[in-house]
Amino acid sequence: MSTEETPQKEHHRIDYPAFEENPTYKQLKKRQRGFVWPVLIAALAWYILYVILATYASKWMATPIAEGSVISIGLVLGLGQFVTTFVITQWYVSYANKKLDPLASDLRSQLEAKQKAGKA
Amino acid sequence: MNAELLLAADAATKNDPVLNISIFAAFVIVTMFVVIRASKNNKSAADYYTGGRGFSGAQNGMAIAGDYLSAASFLGITGAIALAGYDGFLYSIGFLVAWLVALLLVAELMRNTGKFTMADVLSFRLHQRPVRLAAAISTLVVCFFYLLAQMAGAGGLVSLLLGISDSVGQSIVVGVVGALMVIYVLVGGMKGTTWVQIIKAALLIIGAGVMTVWVLALNGFDLSHLLTAGQDAAHAVKKPFEALAYGNKYGKNPIDFISLGMALVLGTAGLPHVLMRFYTVPTAKEARKSVVWAIWLIGIFYLFTLVLGGGAVILVGPDVIAAAPGKDNSAAPLLAQALGGAVLMGIVSAIAFATILAVVAGLTITAATSFAHDIYASVIKRGEVSPNAEVKIAKRTVVVIGVLAIAGGIGVQGQNIAFLVALAFAVAASANLPTIIYSLYWRGFRTRGALWSMYGGLISSIFLIAISPVVSNVAPAAGATSTAMIKGVDFHLWDLSNPGIISIPLAFILGWLGSVLPGGKKENSWLGAEMEVRSLTGHGAEKEVHH
Repeated sequence: MSTEETPQKEHHRIDYPAFEENPTYKQLKKRQRGFVWPVLIAALAWYILYVILATYASKWMATPIAEGSVISIGLVLGLGQFVTTFVITQWYVSYANKKLDPLASDLRSQLEAKQKAGKA
Repeated sequence: MNAELLLAADAATKNDPVLNISIFAAFVIVTMFVVIRASKNNKSAADYYTGGRGFSGAQNGMAIAGDYLSAASFLGITGAIALAGYDGFLYSIGFLVAWLVALLLVAELMRNTGKFTMADVLSFRLHQRPVRLAAAISTLVVCFFYLLAQMAGAGGLVSLLLGISDSVGQSIVVGVVGALMVIYVLVGGMKGTTWVQIIKAALLIIGAGVMTVWVLALNGFDLSHLLTAGQDAAHAVKKPFEALAYGNKYGKNPIDFISLGMALVLGTAGLPHVLMRFYTVPTAKEARKSVVWAIWLIGIFYLFTLVLGGGAVILVGPDVIAAAPGKDNSAAPLLAQALGGAVLMGIVSAIAFATILAVVAGLTITAATSFAHDIYASVIKRGEVSPNAEVKIAKRTVVVIGVLAIAGGIGVQGQNIAFLVALAFAVAASANLPTIIYSLYWRGFRTRGALWSMYGGLISSIFLIAISPVVSNVAPAAGATSTAMIKGVDFHLWDLSNPGIISIPLAFILGWLGSVLPGGKKENSWLGAEMEVRSLTGHGAEKEVHH
């Protein structure tokens, strides 16, 4: 069964180090790294900020957003974490669909062609 | 605690054990039927370990939610919000934001380069045997911690539902949960386990949703009204607290709070049973869809727990919850009783039981796969073993894990579930996540770095827990009972309950040092190129099994 073979054996005909010079591949890598790292670091920084505020500025976090309101700044910021998580998720999905998937599928067919040529 | 409170708690927990057991039995019968049907097509190792990679993104997202929304989320977080206000909220925010790490960095690349386990990816371009062994050991440790947490939940729940507070009765229930879990996993493999998780996720989210709407309706769908009522209820009790303030639970030690926050947000993407779920879908794109589904389901569920925690404060009362047999873990079932009487409480309790069962099944298959595939087949037999023999070993491991989980579960009764889960997260974030990220994103990463990071993260996090006040503490805060696991002795040398703030950065530094310092084995740069190309393009990724 082919799925039980080790990956190294299965694909030894493709020169992967050479393939890394492929311009489409370079672009895919640049886009993927260029999206995920900045977005993730920003999201984690925003989360850590919330945790630090909840710890060291707990009085401020408990202040009502308006006079007489029971809704505190902390609740709004906490719900804000939910909102940013949902927004980033959908943002990444649309980015990946438009900018990553087409390149990846193009590269995949190139690699499959190479593999066939290698076997022949 | 005075007699009046105990009476109130007693009255609050008056319920119908026969009804509770019948509802739970119905769940077991239905899921067992589904598991047996699903297992008919289990032929190969890929079938047993990954359900033939045939689940859709939506199905897998449901299953991930089912796997992730453990008893800690449902019982622990609702209880923490009910008794400590916004401090309980931190758990749910951390647990949710953590999914961004999995979505952006890990899920797709992992699906493209691995086969059955986390170790497949970590040992792809490094030296196979030592890296696999380290990854498998940390997989087993994390799964075991997590299992203990679920088992503690099972015991706590039964003391609440059946009024069994003696240890023999609780142990029997832990035994029943363990035995059922073994049967599910043996018969159904990953496919059966996944279906149990999907069914459970649907029940849990619908159940929590109904209760949320109910609580909101009682408060005229007015959030301010809910918060005001919650604040008043928290003020009315004997030891009033500011439900809308911060720091009720963790305020004493701010560093501990930050440490917990780090473990929560970085732990998810290092949880082996979560990572393994990415192999049950046919492509990386479906893996991405799974995480998106999971994020929405989990996020919405946590918003529900916020309302449920508030509802429990108003309708049940913090002092009654604190005096109930299951303490904070009983907030959700007690709220259900206050809302819909014995029937709703029975349903909610059955859902909580189902939750525990589905999560332990997922943990068990992950641990068993890792033992059979990584330790037995790759390390002991050096790959010279047929897939069928490997699956046979996996099935035997399931039985062993079941026995260990039952024994350990009896030993940890009464611990706060959310806290035990937080420890599993701390170990996962320290031992697994740094190596996962380095393997996928840093070509200079080497075998020695991986070993230093994994063993360093594992040992430091466990050591820090062992010398923390969680394990031993004879001098609890004034008026509180000792929450330590071992009472009467005190060998704690260290004041943080959460090790993450030390052990996570340490594991990252060790991984980097072990790779850049001279010496150590050379790596195959060719495999490094192959891994990166395959991780990004999906070329050569494991395919769906067709029958």
